[in-house]
Amino acid sequence: MSAEAITDSMVVPDFQMRVEDRRLYLTVLGPWTLATIKSLDARLAKDLNIEDYQDVSYDFESLTDLDTAGAYILARAIRCTPEECYPFHLTGNSQGQKILMREAADASMGRAPTEARQWFDVLVRMGEASERFLKETIDNLAFLGVFFMVMIRQMLTPHKIRWKSVVAHIEDVGLNAAPIIMTLSFFIGAVIAYMGANMLAANNLQFMMPELVGFAVLREFAVVVMAVILAGRSDSAFTAQIGAMKMRQEIDAMQVIGMDRYEALVIPRALACIISAPILTFLAMISGILGGVIVTWIAVEGISPRFFMERFSEMVTLQHFWVGMAKAPVFGLIIAVIGCRQGLAVTGSVESLGKRTTQSVVQALFAVIFVDALFAVFFYQIGV
Amino acid sequence: MEIDFSKAPVEVKNLRSQFGDNIVHESLDFQVGSGEILGLVGGSGSGKTVLMNTLLGLKEPDGGDVFYFGQNRSSLSYKDRQSLNNIMGVLFQGGALFSSMTVRQNIMIPLREHTDLPVPLMRELADMKIHMVGLPAHAATLYPSDLSGGMRKRAGLARALALDPKLLFLDEPTAGLDPIGASAFDQLILDLREAMGLTILMITHDLDTLFTICDRVSVLVDKHIAITDTLPNVMKHPHPWVQEYFGGPRARAAINAGDGAGAS
Repeated sequence: MSAEAITDSMVVPDFQMRVEDRRLYLTVLGPWTLATIKSLDARLAKDLNIEDYQDVSYDFESLTDLDTAGAYILARAIRCTPEECYPFHLTGNSQGQKILMREAADASMGRAPTEARQWFDVLVRMGEASERFLKETIDNLAFLGVFFMVMIRQMLTPHKIRWKSVVAHIEDVGLNAAPIIMTLSFFIGAVIAYMGANMLAANNLQFMMPELVGFAVLREFAVVVMAVILAGRSDSAFTAQIGAMKMRQEIDAMQVIGMDRYEALVIPRALACIISAPILTFLAMISGILGGVIVTWIAVEGISPRFFMERFSEMVTLQHFWVGMAKAPVFGLIIAVIGCRQGLAVTGSVESLGKRTTQSVVQALFAVIFVDALFAVFFYQIGV
Repeated sequence: MEIDFSKAPVEVKNLRSQFGDNIVHESLDFQVGSGEILGLVGGSGSGKTVLMNTLLGLKEPDGGDVFYFGQNRSSLSYKDRQSLNNIMGVLFQGGALFSSMTVRQNIMIPLREHTDLPVPLMRELADMKIHMVGLPAHAATLYPSDLSGGMRKRAGLARALALDPKLLFLDEPTAGLDPIGASAFDQLILDLREAMGLTILMITHDLDTLFTICDRVSVLVDKHIAITDTLPNVMKHPHPWVQEYFGGPRARAAINAGDGAGAS
């Protein structure tokens, strides 16, 4: 703390002890600071363990520097019964050192709680996860219910819908996602064609390529690729946007000003998704089939794009197109609702924002695939 | 690096700071004496936080020099700057605790980074700091989001003190605290200075804090430090901003309260 302290800092810290009349005399030498105590800690603890005494008398005459860490180590010499601690005495100390020692003595008395791990933690965590899953499902359904209430209310007064916000979200959710969705769908169409080409050619059924690509892309892949990208891109963005607003109390401010959080935040995003999803799906279908056509042309002999398209329009009826398209707005709605709900569930901490964003994407993907399976059962039952 | 603690802990000479064309500081001179508590006041947007960030090394000065214990910052090597940072602690306005860690883990961060002590000892030292800033022992395992505003400030202070700094920067330490919490925090700062031999620079608008614990007060107006002196002398300064600041009803109330406390 003073100029001398620095010039002496080269001196190695040390201590000497003796016991007289059940009193420990501890002479402290050199600097006792964070930088120097490492070597002393274990040694002092060991030496103290073998001595038998009650009171402690410290001699700070030769002490050159003391900080909280040094004081803490020294205070370990103070013996305590469960009720109280035996007194300690200081000689050759400064006022600041006395305060430090008193603080250190107080701190070493009260033991702070520790976190213990139990063997059954695994079971506890599994139970908690199951409970959370159930609660999340119920919460999601409840949120969906509220959403529909607000939606119906808004539909009755359409001029109150924030159309500007809807259009802005459509640009982000729909237009900006179009290139990536089309690219991915193109690859999916190409992959299906490649896989089918081998299998069908082995049975001399190459001429059925258009049906394979058409059914797969129109009924399933276009809309699922669209939903996956939407969940990864827009759903996470919704959660992060709304979650950050929640963290900064913007949502509370909106509430107090009298703006409905559903009307202002959820409805525009949901409408944007519901409108964008079919358009994106349509684009995905086009590029998926294009991918199939090109691969078929390259990989399968005797099937020109012209033949492909002729057979395609003959065999792939419009109902397959509608099966795919019918799912798109539903997926869009699911994704928007889950994204918004998770965003609104964010609490104060940064960690909860991250957790909610992850959860949002996982739940959205889970829900999309699950609902897709339900659709498959439904369409099978009605025979389309 | 050898540090001469007899020199002034912080000295700023001819500092200029600017963002684009907007000049925040010009020919600013400033000194913090060893062991003192210096209060820095100035209107909103006068550049107090910019000055503090410059002193912390978060912002490079656009002109002029910053000295710590007589050493010019710009002439120091990267390593020396690091060891300088270790003798500085800072309490940011909102506490700036890492929200994904418990209070104890927050305080252990500087120890983990800069010492090679055994982890149990680090934990005990962190608990001691928690005790020193007046937090209850069970606060150690809480997360910052579980703490009240006042407790968060105390936890932030405990982290700032983790490495036993010589120099402590406080950005509005009592803002957002109730008067009882604020005066308890003031007392805590006084006690810690006594115990740890700290030099403290604090930005504050709390007139009670200025009156009760600051040894000297610096006024930042018109892009430079107009005066650094004891409070009675600062209040005599003719600058209109100073007159308005200390002549307002809030200031008069604080002065009267201070006199009353002195008499009793």
